[in-house]
Amino acid sequence: MTVNELKEALGAKLLAGEGGLDNIVECGYCGDLLSWVMGRAGENSAWVTVMGNVNAVAVAVLADISCIVLAENSVLDDDAKIKADEHDIPVIQTDIPQFELCVDIDKLIK
Amino acid sequence: MSEAVRLSYDVSADDFTHAGEASGAIKRTLKKLGIDMEIVRRVSIAVYEGEINMVIHANGGVIEAAISPTCIEIWLKDKGPGIKDIELAMQEGYSTARDHIRALGFGAGMGLPNIKKYTDEMKIDTEIGVGTTVYMKVNFT
Repeated sequence: MTVNELKEALGAKLLAGEGGLDNIVECGYCGDLLSWVMGRAGENSAWVTVMGNVNAVAVAVLADISCIVLAENSVLDDDAKIKADEHDIPVIQTDIPQFELCVDIDKLIK
Repeated sequence: MSEAVRLSYDVSADDFTHAGEASGAIKRTLKKLGIDMEIVRRVSIAVYEGEINMVIHANGGVIEAAISPTCIEIWLKDKGPGIKDIELAMQEGYSTARDHIRALGFGAGMGLPNIKKYTDEMKIDTEIGVGTTVYMKVNFT
């Protein structure tokens, strides 16, 4: 499915990176430790996290992550928004808690 | 591509906003050269880990890369404090990062292990009080 379809299915809000809404989501990963995510998240992942800083966006760019899904209404920093727009990394936000969000995404992409 | 393409980037100390620019530039160059995307991804992750280490631990430094038809070689050179115990630093989960660094999402102790995981060759030259050079090589075939 595309990031846009995932966003609609979750009822999530787009915060940045509109240019990447057609990115394909093939798998998912959850975590807030950046190196852990870089080492383990698959290519074309939807990445569930509460980490909305500029470094999280850098990780998504370098590890070919399809989108960042901010759980529990966690916040996207201003400079992270600029970087996400620049690199077309969609950042979507929802109030769903991390665990339930992962379960929801897993059902949607399988 | 008969001759090696050479690239060089400065990395600033404690600059987390621009960390990732050198790895991003190397990634774009490899993509332009038509290198396999999975290999590009491995190189990008390894270089970003090295770049972040330079920002966190080593007062910045210089990243040099040489791209030949068969491989990319990268040297991350810093004049930081050096690594006291390389074996310990290579262990997954070991980190000396302080709390404010951890709050940014770093300090998982996966930096050097990730570099090893994603490269074909890795070598660390370090001297206490002088600095560290991390060498890495990724083959294209």
